[in-house]
Amino acid sequence: MTAPFTYTDQQDTRSGFGAGLLELGRKNPEVVALCADLTGSLKMDAFEKEFPERFFQIGIAEANMIGIAAGMTIGGRIPFTGTFANFSTGRVYDQIRQSVAYSGKNVKICASHAGLTLGEDGATHQILEDIGLMKMLPHMVVINPCDFNQTKAATLAIAEYDGPVYLRFGRPKVPNFTTADQKFEIGKAVLLKEGKDVSIFATGHLVWKALMAAEALMEKGIDAEVINIHTIKPLDEAAVLASVSKTGCAVSAEEHQRHGGLGDSIAQVLSMNLPKPLEYVAVNDSFGESGTPEELMVKYGLDTSDIIKAAEVAIARK
Amino acid sequence: MASIHELQRIATQVRRDILRQVHAVNSGHPGGSLGCTDFLTALYFHTLKHTPVPFEMDGNGQDLFFLSNGHISPVFYSVLSRSGYFPVDELKTFRKLNSRLQGHPTTHEKLPGVRIASGSLGQGLSVAIGAALSKKLNNDSTLVYTLHGDGELQEGQIWEAAMYAAAKKVDNLIATVDANGQQIDGSTDHVLNLGSLEAKWQAFGWDVLHMDGNNMESVVSTLETAKSHTGKGKSVVILMKTEMGSGVDFMMGSHKWHGVAPNDEQLAKGLAQLEETLGDY
Repeated sequence: MTAPFTYTDQQDTRSGFGAGLLELGRKNPEVVALCADLTGSLKMDAFEKEFPERFFQIGIAEANMIGIAAGMTIGGRIPFTGTFANFSTGRVYDQIRQSVAYSGKNVKICASHAGLTLGEDGATHQILEDIGLMKMLPHMVVINPCDFNQTKAATLAIAEYDGPVYLRFGRPKVPNFTTADQKFEIGKAVLLKEGKDVSIFATGHLVWKALMAAEALMEKGIDAEVINIHTIKPLDEAAVLASVSKTGCAVSAEEHQRHGGLGDSIAQVLSMNLPKPLEYVAVNDSFGESGTPEELMVKYGLDTSDIIKAAEVAIARK
Repeated sequence: MASIHELQRIATQVRRDILRQVHAVNSGHPGGSLGCTDFLTALYFHTLKHTPVPFEMDGNGQDLFFLSNGHISPVFYSVLSRSGYFPVDELKTFRKLNSRLQGHPTTHEKLPGVRIASGSLGQGLSVAIGAALSKKLNNDSTLVYTLHGDGELQEGQIWEAAMYAAAKKVDNLIATVDANGQQIDGSTDHVLNLGSLEAKWQAFGWDVLHMDGNNMESVVSTLETAKSHTGKGKSVVILMKTEMGSGVDFMMGSHKWHGVAPNDEQLAKGLAQLEETLGDY
């Protein structure tokens, strides 16, 4: 059964995180928030204002922030750390690996400004490797929701899950189209449009583009199935296999490097269970650059037209 | 609470445990372990308010200790087992396949007494600050202790944490630095001169104490002083002068026993210098 969706407005996913965090603050006294000098950018200011005693301004010291978060779980707190995706992962990989993942600590690593859509700041900040880095860590949950409503729902859901989570979201305003009252199930793919010719597995900002691509494909007589993979790890393997069993080919779409991202996770499942053609829509072994989010998505092959092309190639390879 | 004489006797047995653990698997780190034996013995048998059984990760109402220089796991394991966290006999499994006593301490195998994995250096002070902040939120007046190597202070994260603790007045925290002046590649002066540790910690805004880490009376009394300095708006650091390899004459005065196990002959020579006070495992 498909999940309902309707375009409502343009909102940033980071604001979905901020709204979710504020609601968590009101619901769950164990939730604490830590930020490395990016409170406004992460939309954590409302939480800080309402719960100053549970908000910890760490300063520009991300390694220390991850360690403090790990320590705060001892005593029963549920820490949410917030900074840009680059500083949430690559900069602090060893701290996450040893003090959080290997130590099994209940830390929620919340990362904004992921991918190319960070825009004008350029490649130093546009991390395109974070999904891969995080999914390699044993038992790390990796989530990349698609819009404001889903990011809010995911923020609420991860507080209920006991274990380390990486929650990835972004900076620009993008279509908000999933329902406000959705129940977010970690590890459960969401079928948005049924189809029989090709399966499009998209995550994050690429989910809306996948829906637009499916509309355009329909006009060409191609019936594409669109599945939102908001949880990259653990991957909903059953949903992937069920869809590709029906369509016979697949496209993965993500704002991330081709190496190590969602596409590779899908490829692994298919190659081991159901070898069928898979086309990647992802950044191909390249750093980004300065530009508007829209310009960058086009230049680096992550636009709606790229998903359409990939679907046609996948179908031709059947 | 154990007397100084009793603590010294426990420390002797702990040193035997260290030598026997690393000898059995021909690997591990005896030098720093021997140097920190008196400190950890005093901490666990005299200073800490703690309940080994049942072990509770959250440790609410208990003092917590975090070993940041995880490579000195032999002394940590010996002291934990001798104070009742797990059977002393389990020291036999140190560094062996399927053991809870990994080369570096971890929570992953659920060894009672261990609250964080350590090994990759420089992370323990941040973790301890987090635990100390949790205690403040929980209105828990117990304290958080850490131990670091002096070589470990070359890691930048230590100074991020030091700056934070001072700025945010984390005053339920007592960090100890094992100032033995040695690291793997040689003396700290040779590898990367640390300068004045006292001046550095003071400049960062910490309350700095000194102690002779291989003199049990100094260790016990300085830890008591450190406790009395908590709750006054400053984090406390103890610069602990120790001798790497302390208690075994041929292991002292050099960095060479940092990560090398004794052979059969050396083990016998070392054990001959250490009375079996509590019974070997």
